[in-house]
Amino acid sequence: MSTGRKIRILAAKPGLDGHDRGIKVICHALRDAGMEVIYTGLRQTPEQIVSTAVQEDVDVIAMSVLSGAHDYLFPRVMDLVREKGLKDVLVVGGGIIPEEDIPALKSVGISEIFGPGTYTSDIIRYIQDNVQSKS
Amino acid sequence: MCDSEKLNALKAKQQAWQEKAEAKLAKAPERKKAFTTISEIPVERIYTPADIADQDYEQELAFPGEYPFTRGVQPTMYRGRFWTMRQYAGFASAEESNRRYKYLLEQGQTGLSVAFDLPTQIGYDSDHPLSQGEVGKVGVAIDSLADMETLFDGIPLDKVSTSMTINAPAAILLAMYIGVAEKQGVSSKELNGTIQNDILKEYSSRGTYIFPPLPSLRIITNIFEYCSSEVPKWNTISISGYHIREAGSTAVQEVAFTLANGLAYVEAAQKAGLSVDTIGPRLSFFFNAHLDFLEEIAKYRAARRLWAKLMKERFGAKDPRTMMVRFHTQTAGCSLTAQQPKNNIVRVAYQALSAVLGGTQSLHTNSMDEALSLPTEEAVQVALRTQQIVAYETGVTETVDPLAGSYYIEHLTKTIEEKAMDYIRQIDELGGAAMAIEKGFIQKEIQESAYHYQKAIETGDRVVVGLNKFQVQEPPPRNLLRVDLQVQEMQKQKLIRLRDVRNNEKVQACLAELKKTAQGTENLLPAILEAVRAYATLGEICDTLRSVFGEYTAVSTL
Repeated sequence: MSTGRKIRILAAKPGLDGHDRGIKVICHALRDAGMEVIYTGLRQTPEQIVSTAVQEDVDVIAMSVLSGAHDYLFPRVMDLVREKGLKDVLVVGGGIIPEEDIPALKSVGISEIFGPGTYTSDIIRYIQDNVQSKS
Repeated sequence: MCDSEKLNALKAKQQAWQEKAEAKLAKAPERKKAFTTISEIPVERIYTPADIADQDYEQELAFPGEYPFTRGVQPTMYRGRFWTMRQYAGFASAEESNRRYKYLLEQGQTGLSVAFDLPTQIGYDSDHPLSQGEVGKVGVAIDSLADMETLFDGIPLDKVSTSMTINAPAAILLAMYIGVAEKQGVSSKELNGTIQNDILKEYSSRGTYIFPPLPSLRIITNIFEYCSSEVPKWNTISISGYHIREAGSTAVQEVAFTLANGLAYVEAAQKAGLSVDTIGPRLSFFFNAHLDFLEEIAKYRAARRLWAKLMKERFGAKDPRTMMVRFHTQTAGCSLTAQQPKNNIVRVAYQALSAVLGGTQSLHTNSMDEALSLPTEEAVQVALRTQQIVAYETGVTETVDPLAGSYYIEHLTKTIEEKAMDYIRQIDELGGAAMAIEKGFIQKEIQESAYHYQKAIETGDRVVVGLNKFQVQEPPPRNLLRVDLQVQEMQKQKLIRLRDVRNNEKVQACLAELKKTAQGTENLLPAILEAVRAYATLGEICDTLRSVFGEYTAVSTL
């Protein structure tokens, strides 16, 4: 990735889940790593998330769901990402996501799923290694 | 020798001992330069009578069941009766959850604890667009009284006590519970149980808010008032530190922010004309049982003493029951690891033991698989057995507050009380808990602690067994409990049938009446109860209230 601009990340909480400890910790860590982070706050619909991603011209969408609704919400976000033509945006997810759900989520275009216990440093490295340069 | 001479002699000896011990440090250093609790309270090498020399037994500890209740809220504690063993449960449909409740009661559980799904907690019916993907996932989906009737089918409501984790729509779910009781021929006056009904921690830590603070506090005080005459045995609120801790707070912050929220509720009730001794005895609390065993025991004791003093000194409470912190405990979900999940059984056992040594009134022990999914029946059984082993086998229940008088425990109890009080003063200066949340103060404090904790894990300063030390390669877990999207379809079908068979004119009339009540100042409960009896849905009732009260917008703290 070139040094043209900072990596811009949309951190999002899709659905009704209120567990935001993890995503807030990650936002903090990503900022400390020099990235620009926009946090949506709670209760975002997939439509709101993708529309914010377009407006903010982000490189990454990072979603967190701990309610078990990832099986509906993550694919829905990916449908909209494709619909809006956000080809270069890296989409990652995290939360309480059973291992057996991961292949299906990756098959619709989620690049990586981070489970409980993941280090923020691993997430930072993954994003740095995989984000598409826009500059 | 008089006491102070004795104390000075002791201090001198301790000094000499300290020097001797430190002389050896060059050769045999301690594991760390400085020791602290998990909440960063410094921990000394030893504690002695000197550390609690200024503690007056009768003032600060007294006897169990007596002010300031440091040693417990009942004189006999577990010699009389064990705590209520109450596993939080609920998922998918009312039918499925009803089966799980009956299973738990057969296994010797002594109270029910209902988990609702997120649409129910946020006041949306299962067919609402925002409910999509969430129906039945983290709890049971309840759309109307009909679902509630199914949920408690065959469970006599005059015999069980039921705790419901419901906040913004607490009045509606309580009304539904009363509605089910009516059908069973049970009077509301006989009902035992708890609604969480603690909106302030939803804004700061848990996220299932609907309305802004002012109307929310009105609903809460309406519940206090209604229950004081109509459901007198009901715990009308469970002021919850649990979620504050889960969101990342320290033990001190957990005590401080919980009690500060409690103060805000008492003040709101007083403004509504309810006396502190009318509502005080029905206030209950809910704390977390985290990893630092001794700190947790001290935390519960500190919370009891501090609340008792606040009620007496700040509000002039006269009724001892107003001053008592009666509390439920749940072991810390955030302390569980997805790695080597069986280790969680051991974590939970120590956490449960700390809650019992701290004098809890009821307890939920987490299941080993909760970092992965909803618990399986087998995992829940082990969790319940963990409590039963503490109760029946360990012997810690045979005397009251067995750790009282430990130099360390008493010192730590006092430290937590003082540090929590410092926070409460700060919150007072900000204008109370609701204002402190509005200004983002409480959220920021919690966020900072959470980040600090995570960094300590990543640097290895804090060891988490199986996560950053003693790792193994393991296959992905199998046989996790899942709720499939079918449940949502079933709920939608039920709603279509319900709207078909109920008297829709009556529903509309009840909702219109509720709207009028909401616009005025009368108690909302009778109108809510009428709407519930007419099978108005949860979503319809909440939408009616939304149309008058508006919705809360979270403050950004990042």
